[in-house]
Parts: sequence; C-alpha cells; structure tokens
Amino acid sequence: MDIWYSEHHTDHVKLSIKVDRQLYSNQSDFQRIDVFETPEFGRVLTLDGFLMQTEKDEFIYHEMITHIPMAVHPNPRHVLVIGGGDGGAVRELCRYDSIEQIDLVEIDPLVVEVCKTYFPTTACSFDDPRLRLYHQDGLRFVRNCHNQYDLIIVDSTDPFGPGEGLFTKEFYGNCYKALKEDGIMVNQHESPFYKGDAMAMKRAHARIVKSFSISRVYQAHIPTYPSGHWLFGFASKRYHPTKDLLSEAWNDKKLETKYYNTNLHKGAFYLPNYVETMLREGEFDE
Amino acid sequence: MHNQSKAPIYDALIQFDQMRIVPFDVPGHKRGKGNPALVDFLGSACLSVDVNSMKPLDNLCHPVSVIKEAEEIAAEAFRANHAFFMVGGTTSSVQAMILSVVGRGDKIILPRNVHRSVINALILCGATPVYINPQTNETLGISLGMSLSDVQKAIHEHQDAKAVFVNNPTYYGICSNLKDITDLAHLNNMKVLVDEAHGTHFYFGENMPTAAMDAGADFASVSMHKSGGSLTQSSILLCGKNVNADYVRQVINLTQTTSASYLLMSSLDISRRNLALSGKEIFRQVTDLTRYAREEINLIGDYYAYAKELINGDSIFDFDETKLSVNTLSLGLAGIEVYDLLRDEYDIQIEFGDLGNILAYVSVGDSHKNIERLIGALSEVKRIYKREKNTLMTHEYISPLVSMPPQQAFYSKKESVPLKKAVGHICCEFVMAYPPGIPILAPGETVTKEIIDYIAYAKEKDCSLTGPEDMDVNHLNIWKGDY
Repeated sequence: MDIWYSEHHTDHVKLSIKVDRQLYSNQSDFQRIDVFETPEFGRVLTLDGFLMQTEKDEFIYHEMITHIPMAVHPNPRHVLVIGGGDGGAVRELCRYDSIEQIDLVEIDPLVVEVCKTYFPTTACSFDDPRLRLYHQDGLRFVRNCHNQYDLIIVDSTDPFGPGEGLFTKEFYGNCYKALKEDGIMVNQHESPFYKGDAMAMKRAHARIVKSFSISRVYQAHIPTYPSGHWLFGFASKRYHPTKDLLSEAWNDKKLETKYYNTNLHKGAFYLPNYVETMLREGEFDE
Repeated sequence: MHNQSKAPIYDALIQFDQMRIVPFDVPGHKRGKGNPALVDFLGSACLSVDVNSMKPLDNLCHPVSVIKEAEEIAAEAFRANHAFFMVGGTTSSVQAMILSVVGRGDKIILPRNVHRSVINALILCGATPVYINPQTNETLGISLGMSLSDVQKAIHEHQDAKAVFVNNPTYYGICSNLKDITDLAHLNNMKVLVDEAHGTHFYFGENMPTAAMDAGADFASVSMHKSGGSLTQSSILLCGKNVNADYVRQVINLTQTTSASYLLMSSLDISRRNLALSGKEIFRQVTDLTRYAREEINLIGDYYAYAKELINGDSIFDFDETKLSVNTLSLGLAGIEVYDLLRDEYDIQIEFGDLGNILAYVSVGDSHKNIERLIGALSEVKRIYKREKNTLMTHEYISPLVSMPPQQAFYSKKESVPLKKAVGHICCEFVMAYPPGIPILAPGETVTKEIIDYIAYAKEKDCSLTGPEDMDVNHLNIWKGDY
C-alpha cells in the first residue's frame, strides 16, 4: 500500500506525507476534519484538507505562541484563547500557576472532541478547573468583552474558511477593546515566503498596527507548515516584547520546554531583511 | 399547474450546447473562440451560452416556445396572470408598466420618492404626475409609505387619473397598505402599478408582507436580481388579471433590445426555479440572519436597527424584516459616513448610506461569518469614531409645483440660467440629491427660492447632485416656450 497525504503550499508546490492509515474523517457544521496516522510525523490533524498540527512538531507552535507573551507580561491572570481547539496552547498556559482563568473560544465543538480522542498529549488540559470552554464565533465573543484580559492568544486557522474573520481589522480592534490597559495580543501570523501567505501576513500586520501602539513580528521554524518559516504577531498596549522581557523571572519558574528559551525569545524578533521590508510596506499600503 | 422544478430556457440551452451547431450567426465571438481573453475571464460555460435567438431557443420579442413556457411557469410561481422576462433592468419593467397604462394628457398618482425611472417614463409618454407626500419618520429621517387617506384625497381631487403608483416595499423595508390602496383605486377605475423592486421574496418566503399580485394589483415590477439571485439587469414584469398582456408585449417591444441575452434570461429561469423550490427555507435563513444582526447591533448601543415595532397601521403598514436598516444618528455620524468607514477602513461594502441610516443588503448568499464581520466593524466604528450628536442635515419635504407635464418641459425651447435666476421659472430637467435620493426638481416644475436654498444646502453637505446638463449644478435649464 502507498497512501500519501498532500497539501498544496502553492499551485506549484506541495508537501506529501506518507500515511499509514486514516483514523478519522467527518464533516462538522464548519469544516471537514481528518486525522491520519503517519510514520514520520505521528498523528496529523487536517481541517478542510489543510494541515493544522502533527504530533511531532506541534510543540514548536504551541510553545512559541504562549511562552513569548507569558515571559513579557509581569502578571498575566486572565487569558483568552481564540481558536486553538486542539488544546495545545491551553496545555502550555496551564503550566503557569499565576493564571487564574483561561477562556477558550473554539467555534467548532467537534474539533475539541476529535483532539481529545486522537491527540491526548495536546488536548490534555481540558479538565483544568481554570478553563472555561465556549463554542462561539471568536469575533462575536470578543466583541462583547471590555477591559478584561491580560493576554489574548489568537490561535486561528488560515485567513480563508472559518478563520477568516480572525484576520480582520474589526477583530483586532475588538481584541484591543477586550484587553486591559497593559494587555498583550499574540496571533498566528502566516508565513512571509510564498506569495499568497505573504499577502495575508502583510495585511494582518498592517491591520494590527492600526489598533496597537506596539506591534512586532517574531518567527519560528515549523517543518510541516508552508515553507517552514512561520511568523507570529506580538501586539501590546504597554510592554515591548524584548525590552520588557523578564528573563530571570521566567527562568526561575523552571518550566521545561523543547523549543523556547529566553535567548531564543530575543532572537526570534530579529527578522530577515525581506520580511522587515514586507512589514514596512504593509504599514504604508493600508 | 406547472412543474416548478422545470427550467425550460436552461434546459434548451443545455440541449443546444450538446447539439454542437456550427455558428454562422451572431454573436461574432462564436462561443468565445474569437475572444480567448474573455473566455479566460468569464469562463467557457458562460460564453458558450451567449447565443442569439433562434428556433430552438425562442425569441423574447415574440415568445412561442421555451421562453413562453418559462414565463408561464414564472407567472404561476408569482401568482400572476402573466410574467414578462425583462433584460433592461427593473427600470425597463417600471417604464413598460407606465407606458402601458398612461399616455399623453393622462394623470397618474404617485409618491414623490419614486425611482427616477418612473419620472423618465412620464417624459416618454407625456402623462402628468400627481404627487403624494410620502410620510416621513422625523426621528429616523426616512420617507415612509403612502397613507391611505392621502391616496383617498388624491383620488378624490383627481377623479380622472388613470393609475396609482406604489413603492412597496421601500428601500428601507417600509410597506404601504397595498390591499386597501388597490381596492380603493379599483373602485375608482384606476389601475394599480407597484414598484416591487425590493420585494421579490414576498412571493416565496413565509410570513412576508403582502405581495402586489396577492393584493390584486394590476402590475408589479420585481427585481429578480436583488433578493431573487438572478444576474444584474434581469427583471420580471408581472401582470394581474385585468391586463391585456399582448398589448403590454407591444409596449415592451417599443424599447426592448431584439438581442436579449440568454445569460440574463436563463438566470431568471434558474432563479425562479430555485425560489419556487427552496424559497421558504432561503428566506427563513435570511430572516434569521437579519434578526440576529438587528439584536446584536442594537446591543452595541447608539445604533438603532429597526423593524416591525415601527408599524403604525398606515404609512408603515408592514415592515420587511429581511432589510437590515440601521439608524446612525445617536452615534453623531451620518449614515453616509458610516458607509464610507465600513468600506475604507473595514473592507465592507454595504448597499447605501443616507443622512441618518445605512442599509446592509442581506441575502441568500450571506453567511454568519460575514454578518459577524459587519457587526464587529460597527462596534469598532462606534468605539473609534463616535462623536457628539451634532446638527446633521435635515430634509424637509418640498411640495413640487407641477406646472406642465414633464414631457412638454423636457422637449421645449430652453435657456440655461444661473440657479438664483431660475426662481419663478419652469425647470426642464431633473435635480436629484443623493442622499436622500428624492427628486428636488423634475421637468415641468416651477423653481422656488426654497428649492434653490435646498440645493445650496445639499451642496454644502456634500450630497451628490445629479440630473442637470450642467453637472456642477450651477445652472438650470428653464422653459422658454414650446417648439
């Protein structure tokens, strides 16, 4: 048998992963959900055919989207995660005792159920008493929040399909409103490499800049995402992502991580020239 | 009883395509082969059915086969005696119904907030308008329906009028008491013509306001391309039971193209089938979406998304809940400003903004996701742009002084004079201000100082002024005698 899962990264480039067997396939009210068992990456989750996470490299994404803001904000107690139905970001957040409340807003209940069943190492914190789970549209949820979160993590899918609304100016503005006066928003920021992803990346940055006085972009290497070079956005009302980094405090927590450390934290904000240029262009275009 | 799951024009086009007939007729692109760039852009399926009238495909000017059948099925779906497929927009439907009913010297009773196509039709046919002041809701700044007593008064004063013209629903979703107005007009031997451009769904949804054909009206123009989902520029003209449809066809053929587009006609056919088979479900969804949006928008505060609570039994006899009309005045912003912000800042294009309102058009093509974007953007507009309620432009209804029929004024000797010098003279052209989109002057009306002041005011408020030969509207053409 020779089964392969392929994802088109552009019209002319695709990534193929050898599949041992398909474990799950179903259509929810929002999207098609599939789970594959693969020899190289372990279990793989796809939504509408797009790769979301693999057992092998999910730690990179989830560590980078949580520990970066957690090492900057001095006292994050209320956190909102939008998207992130796989539970990976929540897993990392639950390791911090200082956090009092985590609101997870995932539009699709079936994603959570599937991940609980097939990705127990990611979806391992859904029973944490600090977690409140909402199955709602993220844009709607955040619209009704005022001045109540220290940190918002936008763990979205791509800017087409159900996640589209999470890349809009109105959404970022609503997040600004939902954050406290020293709040931080971190978001999945697409990739700068291929043209289509880069356009989305530029637009997202340009829109965030409109709402937040501090807006920086950082990077990580995620092998299964298009081009492998992935970006995150760090937007904040007060704290600078590197100048206000509290390295000592974070290291004192003695959290064991596989990708993140406070040196890498600083390095992640030093971007290649072509990416810096794109970001500046985006700021002027909009 | 016709089978509503049939679509004769569509079926004929599919069959025609399969016959692979060699085209030595127009159009010259020959199923797209002669224009590859157009095929790339519009798709080969589209170009392959852009064909000429011919025996297997019938002819819109003189339908005897598949178009005839498609029109008959549509008539039944709309509960009408006859349906005409129209390819010149609902403008062509409106003009055809007016030209069918009134001629030179005849009178027609109509509300002042009619579409400009109505007054244009009067220029063509020579009839004289008798205007009714549409009631206005002062708080919202929108014009309403005609009150029954105003219609009664006009009929009483103009017993010789041939017809009563009704806008139903208005752009904003306001419905008049169509049934009683129709009965009253018929009692006085007048025909009832309904501009139902925004009411296609009344025939297919559940718990909708009364549709024109159900009220017994003689004509209704329905913009299938609005809530019906067909292609832009396609429309349907409906006729009631006391209308000679063969005469109406002659009138339509006065101005209709002899090369009617099969893209437009098949879109009418397919859309009618879709509405007849799934209309209830479609408009249930649209109503659910707009109800949800209204609730959420009203929760934001400073916006007022209005609906059935406005009903007053007369000038707001009913309200079309599928219309998402929102008043913005408490926000300190004009509707047109919110309209611009949504487009320029949030990439959201809505249908229109006037002085105090916006209208978002919600249809079968909308999703919850996009509704959330609209609501989210409105909440941001409030957070960032709200300002003190200031003196926004007000619109006073100016009663028109009709001094001669529009046709006589339009086809007369004229002189172009500066605005101020036009006072006291008869105007030969249109002046429209948008917003609010109600004519300030139509051909044949006497210019007053009040009107000139209003034009200046509208200019100052950056309304878009259209109509006159002088596109900057510094001069007006006034009447200098008949030819």
